[in-house]
Amino acid sequence: MQPIESQIRNFIVENYMYGQSPESLRDSDSFLSLGVIDSAGILELVAYLEETFKMQINDDELLPENLDSIAQVAAYVRRKTGSETMAGLAHAG
Amino acid sequence: MRVERCLEERARAMPNKVALISGEARLTYAELNDLADRLAHGLWERGVSRGDRVAIFLDNCPEAVIALYAVLKTGAVFSIVNATAKSDKLAEILNNSRAKALVTHARLLPVAAAALDNAPSVDVAIVAHMEGEPPIRGGVALADILSEEPAAPPEHSGIDIDLAMIIYTSGSTGVPKGVMITHQNISATAGSIAEYLENDEKDVVLCVLPISFGYGLYQILVSVMTGGTVVLEKGMAFPAVIVQKLKNENVTGFPLVPTIAAIFLQMKDLEPGSFPHLRYITNAAAAMPVPHIERLVDLFPTSKFYSMYGLTECMRGLYMPPDELIRRTDSVGRAIPNTEAYVVDEHGKRLGPGLVGELVIRGAHVMKGYWENEEETVKRLKPGENPWELVLHTGDLFRTDEEGYFYFVSRKDDIIKSRGEKVPPKEVENAIYMLEGVKEVAVVGVPDPILGMAIKAVVVPAEGAVLSDREIIGHCMRNLEDFMVPKHVEFRQELPKTDSGKIRRSQIQAEEIKAYEEAH
Repeated sequence: MQPIESQIRNFIVENYMYGQSPESLRDSDSFLSLGVIDSAGILELVAYLEETFKMQINDDELLPENLDSIAQVAAYVRRKTGSETMAGLAHAG
Repeated sequence: MRVERCLEERARAMPNKVALISGEARLTYAELNDLADRLAHGLWERGVSRGDRVAIFLDNCPEAVIALYAVLKTGAVFSIVNATAKSDKLAEILNNSRAKALVTHARLLPVAAAALDNAPSVDVAIVAHMEGEPPIRGGVALADILSEEPAAPPEHSGIDIDLAMIIYTSGSTGVPKGVMITHQNISATAGSIAEYLENDEKDVVLCVLPISFGYGLYQILVSVMTGGTVVLEKGMAFPAVIVQKLKNENVTGFPLVPTIAAIFLQMKDLEPGSFPHLRYITNAAAAMPVPHIERLVDLFPTSKFYSMYGLTECMRGLYMPPDELIRRTDSVGRAIPNTEAYVVDEHGKRLGPGLVGELVIRGAHVMKGYWENEEETVKRLKPGENPWELVLHTGDLFRTDEEGYFYFVSRKDDIIKSRGEKVPPKEVENAIYMLEGVKEVAVVGVPDPILGMAIKAVVVPAEGAVLSDREIIGHCMRNLEDFMVPKHVEFRQELPKTDSGKIRRSQIQAEEIKAYEEAH
């Protein structure tokens, strides 16, 4: 089972950082400030999270503190889903 | 009147009024003017003087606004370059304008430094959000200038028919063209916009559009002219932040492009009537799909919706009076105040209602031409009906109805509108051809619910070459501004060609549209 951080990192690297080294993105780096993701990209990230982690994201949660770095997204997913195991299972299943 | 005078007069008349809210920063008119005075002095002390060009390579941030007024206060001319531009594009603009100075951000330093290696005209590089001496030729920290220089802008003898800015726009050949705009042009444009939007000092405008883009930039210019407040945001990435700002800052004006509207309308919990202070919404850059207009009208029942049309060369040309919108959702309206618009045939003769021809614009807002590019200038600015003037040929085909409303038909060139930005297929194709293993490529637009048009590259690999869509997209990300990067890549064995061997891009484009229509 992959930690949530790795799953999110893989999604970001595969979809928005073509050809760049995954290590260049630290867990705390802001997606927006670094220009990794733009407005349309955040919507795709939201769709990915909803599907992968079987979670419902409300409009008022579309905030940088939830979604602007790998660490923030992972913490947000944990808060919403309650456990890492469930997230891992959802991903595997 | 010169544009910096608007700011100076506001600073005198309403020093404590908030002019700009950006992130955590709130700047009053007096503070904004003071900071611009200090930077102007710093620029002047480092050799920038009347008529020089200064590039501002920043995203939406207070420093960008301070910088543009500072440049004007030295009598110089500014160009704001999209912060997602790569070093080649930045160098091209610096060289084309022979810029003397550059203002940028610590985060953008690698791109800026690489550009300066190929841009010998730049002597000074002022870097925001950096302490000490920035590692770039002519580097100075903006913070040092703002703390050490006196708030004393230099004397210059500039007048309002001097150039204020050069806005770089994509040409259909892929080479950027610098649209020359004078102070007088800006005053005319801003005055006309403020008249039909009825802007005044009570307005608070939320701008999520990049200010490297004329539509975004004019949110600042109009607001300072009318004494309003601008809330400047870096984009629409976090819609909840935008909703908070709309509510907490009592925003009265919200300029949109269709992509931003689409993102906004994807929110599930928005209640109609949540924004009672929002006086108006505007749309420009690309036509808003009618279902979006209908949903926006439902969501903002107390706001007026203005549909507008313009191009960098005159900024605005047409607008739809909100009361007329429901009767003619497919029209972009009529000429903005103090502007004349009409449709002509290929000989420049006016056409009557119902006939399709090129839209021509006359007015004090029309550009002076393209910077040092006579060949492109004469294609756009042509003799009109009066012997003493040139009029703007927009390159867009329109028709009018009996009541004088305008209807967009198509572009004369093959520019693709994606996210409201102009994407010249040729520029994207040129970038893809740089990648080894590409034999042929055609870049076209595919209808997309969020982007308007998504960019698609149809690629023929060279014999034996193995290419992946990721390689192509990744290569484009490294070499092009973000809005030009293809979303889709298709590989083919061959492309349709003319008898002379030229790729038939228009045929591929037509096939894509047809395939989309059949699928939907």
